[in-house]
Amino acid sequence: MELRKINDLTWEIPKQGDMNVPALIYSSAKLLADVKRDVTLDQARNVACLPGIQRMSYVMPDAHQGYGFPIGGVAAFDLDAGVISPGGVGYDINCGVRLLRTDFTEEDVKARRKELLSEIFKDVPAGVGKGGVTKLSRSVLKDILVKGAEWAVENGYGSKEDLERTEEYGRMKDADWASVSDRAMERGIPQLGTLGAGNHFLEIQKVREIFDKEVAGAFGIDAAGQILVMVHCGSRGLGHQVATDYIELMENAFGVKGLPDRELVNAPFRSELGQRYYRTMCAAVNYAFANRQMIAHWVRNVFARVLGSSEGMRQVYDVCHNVAKVEKHLVGGRARDLCIHRKGATRSFGPGRPEIPDVYRSAGQPVIIPGSMGTASYILVGTAEAEELSFGSTAHGAGRVMSRHEALRRFRGEKIRDDLAKQGIELQSTSWKGVAEEASAAYKDVDEVVRVSHEVGIGRLVAKVVPVGVMKG
Amino acid sequence: MEKYRILPHTADAKFRAYGRTLEEAFANAALAMASLMWDWRKVEPRLSLAVRLAGRDREQLLVKFLGEVIYLLDTRKFLLSSVGRLKIGEDAGGWTLEAELRGDTLSERHEIHGNVKAVTYNEMKIEEYDGFVLQVVVDM
Repeated sequence: MELRKINDLTWEIPKQGDMNVPALIYSSAKLLADVKRDVTLDQARNVACLPGIQRMSYVMPDAHQGYGFPIGGVAAFDLDAGVISPGGVGYDINCGVRLLRTDFTEEDVKARRKELLSEIFKDVPAGVGKGGVTKLSRSVLKDILVKGAEWAVENGYGSKEDLERTEEYGRMKDADWASVSDRAMERGIPQLGTLGAGNHFLEIQKVREIFDKEVAGAFGIDAAGQILVMVHCGSRGLGHQVATDYIELMENAFGVKGLPDRELVNAPFRSELGQRYYRTMCAAVNYAFANRQMIAHWVRNVFARVLGSSEGMRQVYDVCHNVAKVEKHLVGGRARDLCIHRKGATRSFGPGRPEIPDVYRSAGQPVIIPGSMGTASYILVGTAEAEELSFGSTAHGAGRVMSRHEALRRFRGEKIRDDLAKQGIELQSTSWKGVAEEASAAYKDVDEVVRVSHEVGIGRLVAKVVPVGVMKG
Repeated sequence: MEKYRILPHTADAKFRAYGRTLEEAFANAALAMASLMWDWRKVEPRLSLAVRLAGRDREQLLVKFLGEVIYLLDTRKFLLSSVGRLKIGEDAGGWTLEAELRGDTLSERHEIHGNVKAVTYNEMKIEEYDGFVLQVVVDM
């Protein structure tokens, strides 16, 4: 496949064959070497062939192979001539990250971090097959699917201020519970308020370095050594089932002939099925917002119990990593509503966008990029240029480079725990094998991912944080 | 005969399942997927659940059959240990499957080390030569 270098950090697959638009990849030579080893670029090209795609099929710096769309793929579609695709959102709908700031410093938690972590471990259910702490009825679940994090706040989990500091204010208004299948509901009922497993985690972190003091200050991040809490999880089995259900419905309605990859199955955005998927996906997004809202609340309770106070534990922001949304963007100099798919990508809106809450409107939207387990994570800020460069999107994490199977063969969970302990990082998990699968050596270098984001201008560096305590599902 | 083999895949998990018949290959695919989450050899067959499914083609039938294993884990904490009485049929409307899933309810005795979120069509292959080979990528 032809890959044309535009500059050191931008590469293009020119429009050819069935492509409706070119594909554009933001990557460094180092990251691109990994990308070329799998089918990421073929997948970016396949996305460029979908009907109604606008401008470019974009690939973020942390990209790796997905199914259908690449992970780290961003694509926008015309609402009339374009499509919506469950594969462009992913199975873990609204997998995302929430960040809380605190008034505590490294010194305040040093002696208590073991206790903090084990108390969080008790209060936040994690692991596969582990049910939630709340017994949920079907009618309450319907409420959650419609209201998202608003439901959680109304029921005593956190405050109204948290909603303002959540993408979509914690609720996608187009959600419809009625088209969520019984199977999805059944999977959702026992899992609300659970972290899950795999790459999902909860970390107590400390600020290592601040790159942009002014923006960091606006986000409530004041100095090196400050303690933060990061929660990474999604819509659990409910979201996975919604994706599975609608892939099947779209296959049965439209067939699979002519698709370069069956996972690219899609429906015209305006079609009955396209709209039904969109509204059901919104319901799953809301479930994930409620999930993170509850987990954040329990974390605050633990801090209050162990350290005497949770005052100052304000939410910095909560971002989605897997989602499709209707947003206004410029195409050919004209502002148009488009259906943006972000699959393993973070919205990265710059100052002034109406979607950003007042408190951040002049700074830009906080972008939270978790690293791999036990390594650094980053806080970035969205930029105005990103709208032009990537429909207001940037990377979402480190991205794997090694299979879980290989990681399991090479690493031992207990050894990882001991090595982290030597660096002053506590680790707890429901499974040591699971820890081995998530070894940081199995991931790309997140430092390089955020460097590319910063230099390209799709998300600028604000602060680097490192873990003090890690809870892995 | 080898039941299955786990293959390298960067982000998710890929496996090939083998069988002299399509039925045997489907049953081994379920064990392959279970092995990504728990050790099915260590699970006692204390209970048995009947499943009946239909799909428009063999690929969709496979996605739905494997999806059932995930669904039963999430909703009934069911851990698969073996697959019995598996029958696959074809009629005008597509393909059907019946099977008996044997296993146990998740408890302190078991360790779950991975979380398969969903079954994908990515790189899926159903090949027939001297028996059947199924290739599946699952989202983890």
